[in-house]
Amino acid sequence: MTTILTYPFKKLPITSKWALRFAIRPLSCSSQLRAAPAVQTKTKKTLAKPNIRNVVVVDGVRTPFLLSGTSYKDLMPHDLARAALTGLLHRTSVPKEVVDYIIFGTVIQEVKTSNVAREAALGAGFSDKTPAHTVTMACISANQAMTTGVGLIASGQCDVIVAGGVELMSDIPIRHSRKMRKLMLDLNKAKSMGQRLSLISKFRLNFLAPELPAVAEFSTSETMGHSADRLAAAFAVSRLEQDEYALRSHSLAKKAQDEGLLSDVVPFRVPGKDTVTKDNGIRPSSLEQMAKLKPAFIKPYGTVTAANSSFLTDGASAMLIMAEEKALAMGYKPKAYLRDFMYVSQDPKDQLLLGPTYATPKVLEKAGLTMNDIDAFEFHEAFSGQILANFKAMDSDWFAENYMGRKTKVGLPPLEKFNNWGGSLSLGHPFGATGCRLVMAAANRLRKEGGQYGLVAACAAGGQGHAMIVEAYPK
Amino acid sequence: MVACRAIGILSRFSAFRILRSRGYICRNFTGSSALLTRTHINYGVKGDVAVVRINSPNSKVNTLSKELHSEFTEVMNEIWASDQIRSAVLISSKPGCFIAGADINMLSACKTLQEVTQLSQEAQRILEKLEKSPKPVVAAINGSCLGGGLELAISCQYRIATKDRKTVLGVPEVLLGALPGAGGTQRLPKMVGVPAALDMMLTGRNIRADRAKKMGLVDQLVEPLGPGLKPPEERTMEYLEEVAITFAKGLADKKISPKRNKGLVEKLTAYAMTIPFVRQQVYKKVEEKVRKQTKGLYPAPLKIIDVVKTGIEQGSDAGYLSESQKFGELVMTKESKALMGLYHGQVLCKKNKFGAPQKDVKHLAILGAGLMGAGIAQVSVDKGLKTILKDATLTGLDRGQQQVFKGLNDKVKKKALTSFERDSIFSNLTGQLDYQGFEKADMVIEAVFEDLSLKHRVLKEVEAVIPDHCIFASNTSALPISEIAAVSKRPEKVIGMHYFSPVDKMQLLEIITTEKTSRDTSASAVAVGLKQGKVIIVVKDGPGFYTTRCLAPMMSEVIRILQEGVDPKKLDSLTTSFGFPVGAATLVDEVGVDVAKHVAEDLGKVFGERFGGGNPELLTQMVSKGFLGRKSGKGFYIYQEGVKRKDLNSDMDSILASLKLPPKSEVSSDEDIQFRLVTRFVNEAVMCLQEGILATPAEGDIGAVFGLGFPPCLGGWSRRLGKQLTLAWSPCCISFNELLFLYSGPFRFVDLYGAQKIVDRLKKYEAAYGKQFTPCQLLADHANSPNKKFYQ
Repeated sequence: MTTILTYPFKKLPITSKWALRFAIRPLSCSSQLRAAPAVQTKTKKTLAKPNIRNVVVVDGVRTPFLLSGTSYKDLMPHDLARAALTGLLHRTSVPKEVVDYIIFGTVIQEVKTSNVAREAALGAGFSDKTPAHTVTMACISANQAMTTGVGLIASGQCDVIVAGGVELMSDIPIRHSRKMRKLMLDLNKAKSMGQRLSLISKFRLNFLAPELPAVAEFSTSETMGHSADRLAAAFAVSRLEQDEYALRSHSLAKKAQDEGLLSDVVPFRVPGKDTVTKDNGIRPSSLEQMAKLKPAFIKPYGTVTAANSSFLTDGASAMLIMAEEKALAMGYKPKAYLRDFMYVSQDPKDQLLLGPTYATPKVLEKAGLTMNDIDAFEFHEAFSGQILANFKAMDSDWFAENYMGRKTKVGLPPLEKFNNWGGSLSLGHPFGATGCRLVMAAANRLRKEGGQYGLVAACAAGGQGHAMIVEAYPK
Repeated sequence: MVACRAIGILSRFSAFRILRSRGYICRNFTGSSALLTRTHINYGVKGDVAVVRINSPNSKVNTLSKELHSEFTEVMNEIWASDQIRSAVLISSKPGCFIAGADINMLSACKTLQEVTQLSQEAQRILEKLEKSPKPVVAAINGSCLGGGLELAISCQYRIATKDRKTVLGVPEVLLGALPGAGGTQRLPKMVGVPAALDMMLTGRNIRADRAKKMGLVDQLVEPLGPGLKPPEERTMEYLEEVAITFAKGLADKKISPKRNKGLVEKLTAYAMTIPFVRQQVYKKVEEKVRKQTKGLYPAPLKIIDVVKTGIEQGSDAGYLSESQKFGELVMTKESKALMGLYHGQVLCKKNKFGAPQKDVKHLAILGAGLMGAGIAQVSVDKGLKTILKDATLTGLDRGQQQVFKGLNDKVKKKALTSFERDSIFSNLTGQLDYQGFEKADMVIEAVFEDLSLKHRVLKEVEAVIPDHCIFASNTSALPISEIAAVSKRPEKVIGMHYFSPVDKMQLLEIITTEKTSRDTSASAVAVGLKQGKVIIVVKDGPGFYTTRCLAPMMSEVIRILQEGVDPKKLDSLTTSFGFPVGAATLVDEVGVDVAKHVAEDLGKVFGERFGGGNPELLTQMVSKGFLGRKSGKGFYIYQEGVKRKDLNSDMDSILASLKLPPKSEVSSDEDIQFRLVTRFVNEAVMCLQEGILATPAEGDIGAVFGLGFPPCLGGWSRRLGKQLTLAWSPCCISFNELLFLYSGPFRFVDLYGAQKIVDRLKKYEAAYGKQFTPCQLLADHANSPNKKFYQ
């Protein structure tokens, strides 16, 4: 795990929530609620909105999420994305020609396939008449892909959308230095031997120094892990608390994996290698083991370590979303509604990873719900310290008053409903793909554990954040 | 930075300070009753670590005073005696300041050399004890750690500093004409190596935390925190303390070693310095440079080198002794007194005596994108003011915007800004050719060409588009503001703001109020100037205000001296050796011959014979031949891009020959030439005070010192000296003179040199040249009663 983390790439949280407005269908969801032991009555029976189409998730899948540099290391991003797409086709049996549009999120782009959505779709056998585009919004790229799809459906432009995300951290674009690039481009244009020679004479050895992709926030030059460590310190989150939370994440993920709850994972037969069937980053350890690790970013006294951060991950996800009436007409039994969603942004230096704190109350207000109405919380775990700092921020009246313009604190999500099947810390975090995983986890948990509303939230590089309400589709 | 040093020393007698230190008070006090009587230092114990908090009462900064010193000794003795305590952390209760240095008032109050030496020795003693402390002490530094503060910190076993912009370390004593007198000259070389230590001590430069870490001046950095469950500053201090406590424990348990791993270069330097021959060469080299720089007349730098040398060559005991003695000697020098006086003046000129304005200026508009306009824009946008830069032509506007960008980009190259910050700062600037957006402006500063009718035209144009509350400020060096305001519909909103070129380097701002200018307008103008980082003098309206008016008669004398056949190069060297930052002939070239001519004509008309002397025809002829000074490439000298050496402009010979005057031998010695220039300046300055143009002599001195300096262009090591000094005390950078003229200002110069002697000089020259040298009444009064001083 250690190796994984030491590279502080941007960890982007992914959350996808859709707020969909649908006109019709008052859903009676009462029955399933009774199953839950919660005594609380929901403040709202459904979030359907008059005159707005309901958007549903028919199903979603993902490739197993692997530590970067393992089985996927020889692939290209579109290979992974293609695997997710074919998995989705297989799972849902959706006829390719009914898909109106394909949207993928990705963060570190492979230059050759900058519109990775299109390359993957073509390779997966989708009609060449189905347009596809790629979006990027750091760790909430897949969320952006989903909400873009929601917008297209709700506005009546499309009926059937495939949204997903992909990230391949095993291979990243390492460039020539700017000086070298300039020299090479100039050489291209040089007309005579004399010009060429004079250009070549300008060559210096240091031109060959490669340029790695930014491992830091562009605006502040601070790596995300460093910022997370400062954030944890600002909220006085201790190393022990962080290790305990990370351990919880790994233990829950392990349990979910063993019990077969991670049903969104589809096996991927890696060309020339064995079939990969499950996530390989889940490693419950012990607090003693974890305590031995050295801080990865603020040395030597920081609190963020390889063990309590999410690791660099390869993976892809995809989901099929439709207008509700279309899904029903095609005979599908949808898994969930995508309801209200919210994007927020704040100071990229000192509040880089506080997106969930800001987004949560806003999306709840928008949906007319309270914290108590939520049965399944799925928050993106970039770092233990980030999750715990968000908890402390949500639990602080002082913070709410001084930084959020609220009179009272947001309130703490109950831990027993929080990331019950593990999170990015343990399952992994392919930047561009995590959003769909969060939504599917929320939808699947609602189906499995009972309950009506799920809340997905995530932070992202650039100081942005996202939250979305997922409503269980009545059984 | 030096600036904030000694404020707040004034009141230190109240005992309420402990109550004010919100948040950080430790609960379990040991020896409670005694503690409550301490006003500067208290401490609590967390586990087995004593947390010592420094907090000078009723002041924004902590300064090393006698009280603090004795309480510190008391506290440390208790800590050393306690069985419960195994280590200690030293921290300030003030987020922006660790210790800003010694209390300057305490030093100025010392009457004798022995007193000062004794102060130094006492400090040395306690710091030596601290250095040898059996229990590790960690200094936790946030904010300025200067002078004695740094000397205290480097006596501790370990240093942790926040990587904040406010956190700077340095020994700026040299800027006050003294040396680090609490063991700094002995400890610094051991800690960072002789060359780096000398550089710090001789330049007085401030070192940012990350650089300090690289040098080995601090051992660990702590990143400042953002908002959490408490305000960022408060939590950062807490965090710093927590980290420091961890390290204190680690040191006490011997889990952490206070020794630092040195880099290869450092090791090599250290090795080289063990060779006596190399050491001698280093001393020699540094001494040579300092001598050249200071013309051997400024005592502090040479003594610093001497003391460092003594410590290294003859051992610490001799070093400490030498340090305390030389410290005493230096503090008693006139140079030091003058610099301390200047420092006090500067502190004064960093305050808004008009109070807070009713409305903060947020939107600024500047007319004219020339050198001045763009310069004003540059110092405004980087303080977050939304600024419109308007010019009449696209070419002019482009040039101006480019100037602002270049200014910011230079900071990026020096790593003072990131490229991202540069871009976001630059986006505060809007360049335009029309008056769009002026309806939102809170203040308009015009920096158009110095022509009354043009200024009238823009004033009328602007008043048609700006809101009622908007202030109109004129950046002019000589045109009377009341004349500009004559065409205004709202003269109470018109004020003068005289910036100095280059605006981003020159610290002075001369604000000119007319009879009609309202108090709130003045308050706003001063607030904007302070925001721009300026040292401000406020003067009454009159031709040439203060700075230009004092300069004009001196310039007239420059012309006469040139007419009398003195070579411009000779004149330059005479003036610089007197303490002027640039030679008089160069000064004319820098200012611009056309501008000088303009001013000379304008002021000549008003003041008549008193401003006469040289023949203005000289300037007229130069202008007609296109010799406008540096900007046109030719003036008294020839200027070429990229060429540092200045050659005389031989075409000037014919002009000078045609206007030649016979020199008067009785007043043409080198010294006389120097004094003819200086006495005219001083006489005019005193007259400004007499006429009420100036409110206080202190402002007059600050105006002269900060307004007449030019950024130096020196090479190598001395350039660094120059750079630092420019930042801190712009004009002293060049050379220091026994006559103290330039770093004391005209009024302190009169006090130190003696009014009678100046009046005698003036009378001598009056006999030769007439009225231009007649001493003014106030100066004569001072000469007649020796007890009268501008500074009591």
